[in-house]
Amino acid sequence: MDQFVLNLIFVGASFALYIGIAIWAKAGSTSDFYAASRGVNPVVNGAATAADWMSAASFISMAGLIAFVGYGNSTFLMGWTGGYVLLAMLLAPYLRKFGRFTVPDFIGDRFYSRTARLMAVVSLLVMSITYVIGQMTGAGVAFSRFLEVDNTTGLLIAAAVVFVYAVLGGMKGITYTQLAQYVVLIIAYTIPAVFISMQLTGNPLPQLGLWSDHVGSGEPLLKTLNEVLVELGFQDYTGHHGSTFNMVLFTLSLMIGTAGLPHVIIRFFTVPRVADARTSAGWALVFIALLYTVAPAVGAMARLNIITTIYPEGVQEQPISYDERPDWMRTWEETGLLAFEDKNNDGLIQYYNSENPPAFAAERGWEGNEMVTFNRDILVLANPEIAQLPGWVIGLIAAGGLAAALSTAAGLLLAISSAISHDLLKRTFTPNISEKSELLAARISMAFAIAFATWLGLNPPGFAAQVVALAFGLAASSLFPAIMMGIFSKTMNSTGAIVGMVVGLGSTLLYIFTYLGWFFIPDTNMLANTPDNWLFGISPLSFGAVGAVLNFIAAYITLKMTQEAPAEIQELVESIRVPKGAGAASDH
Amino acid sequence: MSDTSAAAYWKANVRIISICMAIWALVSFGFGIVLRPLISGIPIGGTDLGFWFAQQGSILTFIALIFYYRWYMNKLDRKFDVDE
Repeated sequence: MDQFVLNLIFVGASFALYIGIAIWAKAGSTSDFYAASRGVNPVVNGAATAADWMSAASFISMAGLIAFVGYGNSTFLMGWTGGYVLLAMLLAPYLRKFGRFTVPDFIGDRFYSRTARLMAVVSLLVMSITYVIGQMTGAGVAFSRFLEVDNTTGLLIAAAVVFVYAVLGGMKGITYTQLAQYVVLIIAYTIPAVFISMQLTGNPLPQLGLWSDHVGSGEPLLKTLNEVLVELGFQDYTGHHGSTFNMVLFTLSLMIGTAGLPHVIIRFFTVPRVADARTSAGWALVFIALLYTVAPAVGAMARLNIITTIYPEGVQEQPISYDERPDWMRTWEETGLLAFEDKNNDGLIQYYNSENPPAFAAERGWEGNEMVTFNRDILVLANPEIAQLPGWVIGLIAAGGLAAALSTAAGLLLAISSAISHDLLKRTFTPNISEKSELLAARISMAFAIAFATWLGLNPPGFAAQVVALAFGLAASSLFPAIMMGIFSKTMNSTGAIVGMVVGLGSTLLYIFTYLGWFFIPDTNMLANTPDNWLFGISPLSFGAVGAVLNFIAAYITLKMTQEAPAEIQELVESIRVPKGAGAASDH
Repeated sequence: MSDTSAAAYWKANVRIISICMAIWALVSFGFGIVLRPLISGIPIGGTDLGFWFAQQGSILTFIALIFYYRWYMNKLDRKFDVDE
């Protein structure tokens, strides 16, 4: 069967499933729309959280990020999973007990302040909107690569599907589509990985294959990979090459940022009891780990696979000629994501590190690395072709990439629309609106949020690549400390929390903009973004953790100088520390 | 629930959280990054144990920590009669 038809069948069937679920899970009340009436099974919520969390970046880019850096990018693996320990122990159970619908709702009520609520709304909107751009562009790319429609059409189809289930079903519809999307994306990710692991190591489990012996050399896979990389002038894969301090700080920023992302936190509002919130966090991490433990194996194996494809006789021998390159390289060259340039006109493909060329490069007449472009995102998408798997696996990858992008987009859109209809309208500007009007307002905000996200996806701002750092930095330096102090300090008052958020957010934005440009406008940065210029060697991407610490310090200093929180607030804090009564409190 | 028993429940919770967070930091920032040279003598699959912690071991420990905390807290909730 034609590959295009196969892709169409897989993507079409998955979309039909999502829309079917949307019709079944129509929201009838605001509690349905914001929190799926708090009736979601904790294991189901774990899977939905995993899909909500794992974005187009996790599915498509992460294995490539690890493959081309090796050990140094373990930061993503630890950082994006370690946040769930923080969620399970420091935030989720108490926020569930509090029993409201949004993150700003907690901050506004706990710090008895409209200013605090609005600051939380603004942080939420900035981080969620920047984050959603990446999902929409990711969906557009997947469409244009696999379904041969142009980017715009692809994006509009994706937006239409999200529109149906998010506007109709709200959190209820999103939860059950995310469950289906998790199943689609994990199958799509695992199948090619299993085949590649079998081919390279004979071990069907990629998680174990990474530590097994390489079939070709009889030596451990990672040792073989280190050897061939060093012979070609690259850094070894398992070695530690960057700054240790930055590695710790970046990992910590990702962990705190993960725990502070509103679209992840609100998933824990959907389970019936406090104990379920803890259980759910555990299952979420199990489901995430199914992908996150496969990704480093895919990264290492794909890197080795590329080198052995180019040097079939070993790196000491001649590489393959351009005319004999495999079909998958031809396919990807057409997209421009992979490109070769025969610099010495010998018809062969030399792939090595021109910055640090091996001794034999000059004597063989090599004049530079000839694989001039290799986009990291190709790795996962081209895996089925590299491993020569049947066409239906490619169709599955297409459906999986779209599932990852759409599930995260839907979660973000819900966080955005509930902040508008609940925090801005119901809790701030029009407190008297009825339940029915609020539900209508929620649907309208959702529709506007989708339209706005689609527009941003079609006209992505130039800074799109930087925004993930911004989103994590903001979440780490503003929302996480505020929520944590709201639970773990009975006396923290509104002034302290507000000053803390201003200092955390302000310092993080200032630090990022200093090196990356004001609002990411090119050439407006005040200092060049190089390690020599960084304050104490801290990279702007790692600053979120520092911002969080500054937030805590500023808040406590302010608390010492002002009156502690009133008695009724201290009682509120005592009540959210105790699980009993969360079920009864579910109909706020 | 009396004030003293609420305080005791919260103290026990903070204590178990502190223990779990210490392990959380030890396996990721410790074994995975800063202490990696200390355990580099232990080989695994062509590399050293610290690399395993950075790429896989810390994630598996995180899962174990959350489920241990869940089990411990369910027991604590029942002991203090605050479970649902």
